Amino acid sequence: MKYKDYYQILGVERNASVEQIKKAYRKLAHKYHPDVSKEADAKERFQEIGEAYETLKSPEKRAAYDQLGSGYQTGQDFRPPPDWGRQFGQQFGDTQSAFDEADLADLFAGFAGGRGARGARGAKFPIPGEDYEVEAHITLEQAAQGTELDINLSVPEFDEQGVPRRVPRTFKARIAKGASEGQRLRLSGKGGKGSNGGRDGDLYLNIRLLPHPLFRPVGHDLYADLPLAPWEAVLGAPVEVPTLDGAVRLKVPPATKSGQQLRLSKRGLPKLREGAGDLYAVVQIVVPANTTERERELYKQLADVSTFDPRSHFKRA
Amino acid sequence: MKIEITDAVWLDERQQFSLAELADLSGLPEPELKQLIDYETLLPTDPGAGEARFGAHCLVIARMACRLRNDFDLDSGGLALTLTLLERIRALEAQLRALRVLIPQQGKY
Repeated sequence: MKYKDYYQILGVERNASVEQIKKAYRKLAHKYHPDVSKEADAKERFQEIGEAYETLKSPEKRAAYDQLGSGYQTGQDFRPPPDWGRQFGQQFGDTQSAFDEADLADLFAGFAGGRGARGARGAKFPIPGEDYEVEAHITLEQAAQGTELDINLSVPEFDEQGVPRRVPRTFKARIAKGASEGQRLRLSGKGGKGSNGGRDGDLYLNIRLLPHPLFRPVGHDLYADLPLAPWEAVLGAPVEVPTLDGAVRLKVPPATKSGQQLRLSKRGLPKLREGAGDLYAVVQIVVPANTTERERELYKQLADVSTFDPRSHFKRA
Repeated sequence: MKIEITDAVWLDERQQFSLAELADLSGLPEPELKQLIDYETLLPTDPGAGEARFGAHCLVIARMACRLRNDFDLDSGGLALTLTLLERIRALEAQLRALRVLIPQQGKY
């Protein structure tokens, strides 16, 4: 089992008061709560902070935690002292090796008065299993065609002696086409095990679309840059535009402006049940970085004969 | 290792829940859900109907409400305000994303 220094995680001294612990938790929770934080590691940090707070805010759990000793570093392998659990009315089996597969938080899950009471022994009322929420990163192509995702979880379980251990669980989730950024899926009953007749928890998947080199999604619509040469924008031109189903020909109308959006109906991501979003080709008029003498000559001729003034509105202002 | 194959169900607006189902799935008791309805943080799909039904988006909000209430010890007023502000941030971020897609990808052309 790996040791975690809960005091260090919360940034408090070992003799901190409950009020100091609460204050430290609140401060860190504001920074790392996954529902409000933008920190990259918010979920992991908040889980760690929550785990530390759950243990240290309870006098019973804190006393039990302190009994584990203070000479360890976070991440260091350790085992609780013999009879450690019995001092606090907990039964963790007779073998010290039972602790090897457990997580430190699992040890305290059986103590009364916390969220971890899901695993409490002796409770007679139904306790629902814990819900899990994970992010599922998929490509635009997977969203468009549907996909199967392998989801690996490490979940706490208690054996018949009440010994906590981490158990790997793997699901293969079939995801029908129609995903878009931020959409959620529910896998009923695939969360933590309920106890005393409580229902099993659910597993929620939060869809995150991986960046695509060409397409930028907004809901089920896709946006892609459509670079045009100046003469294509002025004269109009048939051009090939990539879509998720392969390239299609698009007729660019004459006098097309930079930033203009040309809509390709139903060429976006398919929707959940019927229809599809649109693909918007966003025109970008680009100029060649290098030109030949002949090209520059032709541009000069154009400049001489053209009456077009792109800054005429400056004079009116 | 045993691999379980399962079909994931989309949480979309066609899927609806009763108040009791919402309480069961979110972990937030019915009286607290009713307070969020009073604050209009949770909106039934048809407020005039006999038994209130809620779209799947309400489950996402209710689950978030349950986490925030537990983790910050918020009362229902504070919870409603927090959820309203988070929803406003979410809407602004969606607007920002929609505007960002119009910006050409730099250095490509």
